[in-house]
Amino acid sequence: MSSDPAGVRASIRKYVMIGAALLMFTVITVAVNAVHLAVPLAITVALIIAIMKGSMVAAVFMHLSNEKKWIYGALLLTIGGFLVLLFVPLFTLMDTTGTHVPAIGGGAPPPGH
Amino acid sequence: MEKTATPGAHVHEHPHEHHEELGFWRKYVFSTDHKVIGIQYAITGLLFLLFGFGLMMMMRWQLAYPGKPIPLIGLWLGQSRAANGIMLPEFYNQLGAMHGTIMVFLGVVPLAVGGFGNFVMPLQIGAPDMAFPKINMMSYWVYFIGGVVMLASFFPTTGAAQSGWTSYAPLSIITSTSGQTYWLVGMIFLITSSLLGSINFITTIVQLRAKGLSYMRLPFFVWAQLVTSFLLLLAFPPLEAAGILQLMDKVAGTSFFLPSGLIISGKPLAVAGQGNPLLWQHLFWFLAHPEVYVLILPAMGIVAEIIANNTRKPLWGYKALVYSVVFLGFMSFIVWAHHMFMTGMGTTMSAFFQTTTMIISIPSVVILTALLLSLWGASIRFTTPMLFALAFLPMFGIGGLTGLPLGLAPSDIHLHDTYYVIGHFHYVVAPGTIFALFAGVYYWFPKATGRRMNDLLGKIHFWGSLVAINLVFAPMFIQGMAGMNRRMYDGGAMYQYNAPVLHWNVVQGYAAWTLGLFQLFFIVNFVMSIKWGKAVDKNPWEATTLEWSAPSPPGHGNFLTEPIVYRAPYEYSVPGAAKDFSPQFEPEKA
Amino acid sequence: MNIPYTVEERPDSGLANGKLGIWLFLASEVMLFGALFSTYIILRTGATEWPHGELSVPLGAINTVILISSSVTMVMAWASLKMHDWGKQRLYLILTFVLAGIFLVNKYFEYSDHLTRGEGPAHSTFLAIYFTLTGLHGLHIVGGMIVMAYLLGPGAKLWKHNPDQFTNRIEYTGLYWHFVDLVWIFLFPILYLL
Repeated sequence: MSSDPAGVRASIRKYVMIGAALLMFTVITVAVNAVHLAVPLAITVALIIAIMKGSMVAAVFMHLSNEKKWIYGALLLTIGGFLVLLFVPLFTLMDTTGTHVPAIGGGAPPPGH
Repeated sequence: MEKTATPGAHVHEHPHEHHEELGFWRKYVFSTDHKVIGIQYAITGLLFLLFGFGLMMMMRWQLAYPGKPIPLIGLWLGQSRAANGIMLPEFYNQLGAMHGTIMVFLGVVPLAVGGFGNFVMPLQIGAPDMAFPKINMMSYWVYFIGGVVMLASFFPTTGAAQSGWTSYAPLSIITSTSGQTYWLVGMIFLITSSLLGSINFITTIVQLRAKGLSYMRLPFFVWAQLVTSFLLLLAFPPLEAAGILQLMDKVAGTSFFLPSGLIISGKPLAVAGQGNPLLWQHLFWFLAHPEVYVLILPAMGIVAEIIANNTRKPLWGYKALVYSVVFLGFMSFIVWAHHMFMTGMGTTMSAFFQTTTMIISIPSVVILTALLLSLWGASIRFTTPMLFALAFLPMFGIGGLTGLPLGLAPSDIHLHDTYYVIGHFHYVVAPGTIFALFAGVYYWFPKATGRRMNDLLGKIHFWGSLVAINLVFAPMFIQGMAGMNRRMYDGGAMYQYNAPVLHWNVVQGYAAWTLGLFQLFFIVNFVMSIKWGKAVDKNPWEATTLEWSAPSPPGHGNFLTEPIVYRAPYEYSVPGAAKDFSPQFEPEKA
Repeated sequence: MNIPYTVEERPDSGLANGKLGIWLFLASEVMLFGALFSTYIILRTGATEWPHGELSVPLGAINTVILISSSVTMVMAWASLKMHDWGKQRLYLILTFVLAGIFLVNKYFEYSDHLTRGEGPAHSTFLAIYFTLTGLHGLHIVGGMIVMAYLLGPGAKLWKHNPDQFTNRIEYTGLYWHFVDLVWIFLFPILYLL
């Protein structure tokens, strides 16, 4: 642990700067929202900004940028699990390959399907 | 660098602790000592196993003799459960759902992880206790409360949860019983307990290993517990979230899992709709698949320890075992939808899950093969724990192999939701895991109590159970392949195509009740040996791992002198050594 | 009996027990909120219609600012302790606690605004996931506040006889608090803006 006063004081400057950056990005997020973008683009931009903010909190406030191997390993595993949890059920539910998808309003499958 | 406290040294310098002698409640009930907590978990787990078994014995009556009054207890069950002693379908469903829930969440895992993990792991790594003793105590009591809630669910007149241990929506939500609500609340407690425990286990294994105990010198039991804890840590939270969502559907009128336009008994359900029943299935199985590895991994760990000890040679392929169990842990997170092949998923995702499921069978086979190869050229001692451990191998083999047609969608189409599935998973958990847990009890009982269990009673328990348990579960493959559905309260009698296989229900009934009788030998043995078993000293099995260097039973702080590890965990029959075992904790003779 | 590495770091892992413990806990929390985010995605992509403008963006944005500021004050509390400034630490910790309280007050206004109009979780799938996500997040805020109150109250005594262990506890509380902030950083755009 860096317990020398000079090192900690430098960290404090960093914390304040990152705090200001986070507030600025919040303003940007709200501002971008006012520009009504197409939904896929809006989602992409919002998530990019959120990921940037989140990374700053994690790397600086949570000192993740100089943490130990076990923490990184556990988190990597977790992020993997998180992504699987987020996307695989969606892919499974959206995957209609090989099945008949009825037209809007219903409709019988063609013969042989 | 600050002087680090060494385990055991503190006890050595201060033989009388700073704090006063603890009272009865702090010492035996609200204890923070991992050994006491482990025993609490083990006893509670064993009692729940017995209770869950009792539920099944009642089900087996209904399946063998549908519509006949249950002997002895039929009239005592009350009219809402068994009208005139004849089991009502609703009660059968309650028994089914609670049998599964209790066995998995209140019985096997608390015994395998909470019991064996808590008691043995810190001793095997040379630690004075767990990293977080107070959190350890909390995890037991939260489990206890969850168990009470689950048991309490039987008492309201509408009865316990009755939509399977899988609680699929919409049935679980629209069934108008409070039992399901109790189930959800109970699960939240159990999951919390599990999370507290897994944080403790991982931290303890990483941080409190004794000097000289590198990762590749860890007993395989510890590796198994480490991977198990990661599975619990990361896979349980989604079920906790799903439980909260289902609870809201039941209590707050939301429709996370209720689709639009659902009509029940002719009336449309008055909810906002737009929910997705499959969402529940995904969130449930995201946990429940890793959960089955939670069920089997500690068992494999126990079997490995006992095989090494009773073959008097090192385990074959230690590195392969370690890499396999870690790889298995990773893979277990991406196979879950093989429980959902019949939900209308498309061919791409179906192919994905079939592939991952086939891949995950590889590390399982490697582990089983390594344990089997460990027997080659061995000097086998057929002690009671070894009998159970040896039986585990073919039983788990059958269970595992019968899983393959279920993991491939084309064959699963025929076998899904039939008795074949029940046969498959019971083979892995019952003559698989539970036999391994019995092995562990016989093996570590002397360490925990300072006395051995009776060997003759143990062997009778073993042989009787082995025969009976196979007679219970083997016919299920026949019934399943004939198409007999699961969860039918009349035993399948209502369908013509089941007629040729119905008679197996009677066989299975008698086999189940016989199995119950043979457990009496275990119960009597266990209870009597606590007081009257033959006294033993530190290392009655002449084993090599660290727990055998502590007194039997170990005192507060576990070790009398700081444990130091000098070699690999299974150095049996080392050429040129004086004895046929070279314990990890004995220094090289100068 | 002494559990090693409660305060000092184990040489090979470089960690104290509590540091590993809190990160493992946070890993499980990622999966907990992950399941709810997954729920949101699945319900939204499967919905025929999804409401917009039902939530107050200004209120959400203010709450975001409040939570980010509380994260700054939290890390400042820890930094003050590393510089052995007990007074500053208490000030920053109290500030964090107060900011958290204001966040909850705002949430109370938001919730009652909807509930008095009959728009509870049962009203629509959107509100259902909104109340569940923010409700669970709010419970985590309450939990954090309880821990902070403990460290300001009875728990503060630890500073006298084991200052390093107390500093660690402030650090771990901070890690938890930053995580709570992190979840909100994603919740805000997802629920309020998109």
